Amino acid sequence: MIDLKDRACIVGIGETAYCRKPGSGLSQLGLQLQAAKNAVDDAGLSLKDVDGIMPFPNLGVAEEFAANLGVENLRFATTVHTGGAAPVASLRIAAMAVCTGAANAVLIPAGWNGYSGARTRQTVSEDVSSLPGGKIARDYYLPFGLTAPPQWYSLMARRHMHEFGTTSEQLGAIAVAMRKHAQLNPNAVMHGKPMSLDEYLASPMITDPYRLFDCCLETDGAAAVVVTSAERARDLASKPVRLMGVASGQPYPADEIVNRKDIFETGLTIAAPEAFEAAGVAPKDIDFAEIYDCFTFEVLQQLEETGFCERGEGGAFVEGGRIELGGELPVNTHGGLLSEAHVLGMNHIVEAVKQLRGDAGDRQVTDAEIGLVTGWGDFGDGSVCILGK
Amino acid sequence: MMAEYKKPLPVLEELSGEFYGWCKKGQLRFQRCSDCGAWRHMPREMCPECGSTTWDWQASSGRGKVFTWTVAERPLHPGFADAAPYAPVVVEMEEGVRVLTEIVDCAPADLKIDMPVEVVFEDATEEVTLPKFRSV
Repeated sequence: MIDLKDRACIVGIGETAYCRKPGSGLSQLGLQLQAAKNAVDDAGLSLKDVDGIMPFPNLGVAEEFAANLGVENLRFATTVHTGGAAPVASLRIAAMAVCTGAANAVLIPAGWNGYSGARTRQTVSEDVSSLPGGKIARDYYLPFGLTAPPQWYSLMARRHMHEFGTTSEQLGAIAVAMRKHAQLNPNAVMHGKPMSLDEYLASPMITDPYRLFDCCLETDGAAAVVVTSAERARDLASKPVRLMGVASGQPYPADEIVNRKDIFETGLTIAAPEAFEAAGVAPKDIDFAEIYDCFTFEVLQQLEETGFCERGEGGAFVEGGRIELGGELPVNTHGGLLSEAHVLGMNHIVEAVKQLRGDAGDRQVTDAEIGLVTGWGDFGDGSVCILGK
Repeated sequence: MMAEYKKPLPVLEELSGEFYGWCKKGQLRFQRCSDCGAWRHMPREMCPECGSTTWDWQASSGRGKVFTWTVAERPLHPGFADAAPYAPVVVEMEEGVRVLTEIVDCAPADLKIDMPVEVVFEDATEEVTLPKFRSV
């Protein structure tokens, strides 16, 4: 296998403000263009230097980005179709592109009006083409009322509770940790709104065992990163963050969530060992993790499948402040999708870069040298990136 | 009465047309590979175990056990606006395949993992019959 370790870097990050009411006031494209421009500026690059664009699935078209941004030399345009796993998976494709010369600088934007525009729950139930599983979901899930992401995943959460004794309080520990971190992040939608475990437990049930506060936010916002080769990164003003190991994987079958021999095996189960091997590090070497937190249980499950603990031990792992800042493995130091904003996980990558640059302000992880970011999408597609200072 | 059915329905084409066609006749059948004998669900064109494209629709015993479920307290689809609380349930059949369904005679709060259930057929519309389950 060709070794890509440390040969590509994230050199630019960009974000918009994250908000709910009254909404961004921008179009979905306009919002992403702001983040994209910020990322290119942050890199110290000109838009003329960008020759690769990787839009998020169903949220943008590379040609449209290029025409708006003045990217005149678009040579590399592709999208990874794995939902929320796409941003991290795109890092790998971008690394491949810049290491082979297929592109010099790849822009990866993501963003939406997830609050003021169409809500996810509507699009996934009304548009079969955007529904993971497509016709299977249409013909065998929707007629029985399995219509939206929290319902899909809570099937796994309940089974985990049954097999391993995982509790609501343990899911709550995840929600509380993310909320605590958001108090240190002025751009977090839940900044200034702390939450106790009792408040979590008192929140209304959405789809048992998921309560309201097990569910990620629906927000407006965009974020973007720029990837280039390590060689090119040396000449730039910004502080590069190395891609040490990136991998993607899919559960089997990926288009159907009910008939898996092992219901807890997801894309990350396959991807994580590959990423660690590529990076030449082990879970114990990771200083912080930004875990795609569409729902609390998915954090627990990904901590297990990444190898931070054994399967079944995730409940105990997240207790006692272990995943909070100052704990053994700070998770979602920005507040995550649960308490910062739902920016498709691109905000997780941006946060990891800030941590490794030492720019995370009040929520800076002391001596952060190696971070890990995951993506989770559709019916459990997975991606993981290990990044180094 | 049937014209008022508001929940989403399967589209009766290709393999789904065949699966639900059997349901309409009051039979729960799954694909079974004619070469290696593996049962499969959801319907597929090819046997993922052996690559065979030959199968027939074989009758299920209709019996299974509750594998997992969720209780939808807040409906997230307009077709289920009046249905909550309701529970989409995964049943593991004796043949080994799992189906996503509903249990018609059990309140969501009374569901238990490994609870034995058997298939019943519910006419949603004149064209579509859905396989649901009841406790045994």
